[in-house]
Amino acid sequence: MRKQNKKLLFVLVGLAGVSVAVWLILTAFRHNLVFFYSPTQVLEGKAPTHGVFRLGGLVEKGSIKKDGLKTTFTVTDLRHSMVVHYTGILPDLFRQGQGVVVQGRRVGNTVFMASQVLAKHGANYMPPDVAAELKRSMAAKAKAALS
Amino acid sequence: MKFIHKYGAPKRFYQLAGTFIPWFAGITAVLFVSGLYLGLYWAPPDYQQGDAYRIMFVHVPNAWMSMMAYVIMASFAATGYIWNIRLADILARVSAPLGASFTLTALVTGSLWGKPMWGTYWVWDARLTSELILFFLYVGYMALQASIDDARRAAHASAILAIVGVVNIPIIHYSVYWWHTLHQPASLTLTNQPKIYATMLIPLIVMSLAFMFFYLTMLCVRARSEILLRERHTDWVRKLVEGKP
Repeated sequence: MRKQNKKLLFVLVGLAGVSVAVWLILTAFRHNLVFFYSPTQVLEGKAPTHGVFRLGGLVEKGSIKKDGLKTTFTVTDLRHSMVVHYTGILPDLFRQGQGVVVQGRRVGNTVFMASQVLAKHGANYMPPDVAAELKRSMAAKAKAALS
Repeated sequence: MKFIHKYGAPKRFYQLAGTFIPWFAGITAVLFVSGLYLGLYWAPPDYQQGDAYRIMFVHVPNAWMSMMAYVIMASFAATGYIWNIRLADILARVSAPLGASFTLTALVTGSLWGKPMWGTYWVWDARLTSELILFFLYVGYMALQASIDDARRAAHASAILAIVGVVNIPIIHYSVYWWHTLHQPASLTLTNQPKIYATMLIPLIVMSLAFMFFYLTMLCVRARSEILLRERHTDWVRKLVEGKP
């Protein structure tokens, strides 16, 4: 075999080997690489029962109650939900119906005490008037579906 | 192969790059000026983030370029390693600091956006961590290059590192789909309709092209100086420096 072909083979085989190794490592650590758990996962016992972990989902509409710096809201994955208590400043993008990741401890079956609230941003970007238009047409569609 | 050996000669590339640089630089300038105008003035504010989303016009192109520059660097490094082409070694070497700058800019701008929007400068989620690893890969590549004096041995040793690091690129790209991350998934994909409104997408594309041409320009400029440095003992460089025909 020519020296160059040998080197090419070495590079390709090496790259394939490293890819497989990395894939195995990532599969093995799959559960440790999870940034947050959904309420369903928490209630199914897949999240740590003791200590700090992160809970993620949507802020349920109409669930936000504010009292000074104290905020209570519900995080839902549309199947199950948990009530979150938090004291502190909320990020700009914290809104009802939006994604959120909270860090803290589970204190009751469906109650969570958060020490940090992070807002999750969606992949959608549009001007305000387009968003309002979209909302109007969605509402019209929902109305049409009901009648 | 004949083509590569003709244009792959450092002297020939030096001249070729010299004629291309003014064009590349001109295109870069036009794209930057129009991209910044479109992004900062013409594009409407976002329905949720207001004007704060405009950092995306710098963040996203830099993040894309950080990965693209790595693939280009690793390809040149592999070409130089397998076929012993000196020009490929040079292009891989000069590409590294450019890629590292793109990566650092993506990390810093993302972090500045993250504080007001997410509520934190940094989280150890899969996307942010894999992008940080990319930065370390660039730095490691440059450190390895710098630690070996012999140009050819430096190129070949660091080529292995660059090639192994390619594994990280798909991990960065797919991290937002494989794991729950705080970072949002891609707004632009090849298969789906863009999730960015057209008037915001146009400045983003212009800025991406601007950074792409900036990379090309800088690659040519840096490659020319590296060629002069490496060939400083040859006749053609001596003639060039002394200004004699």
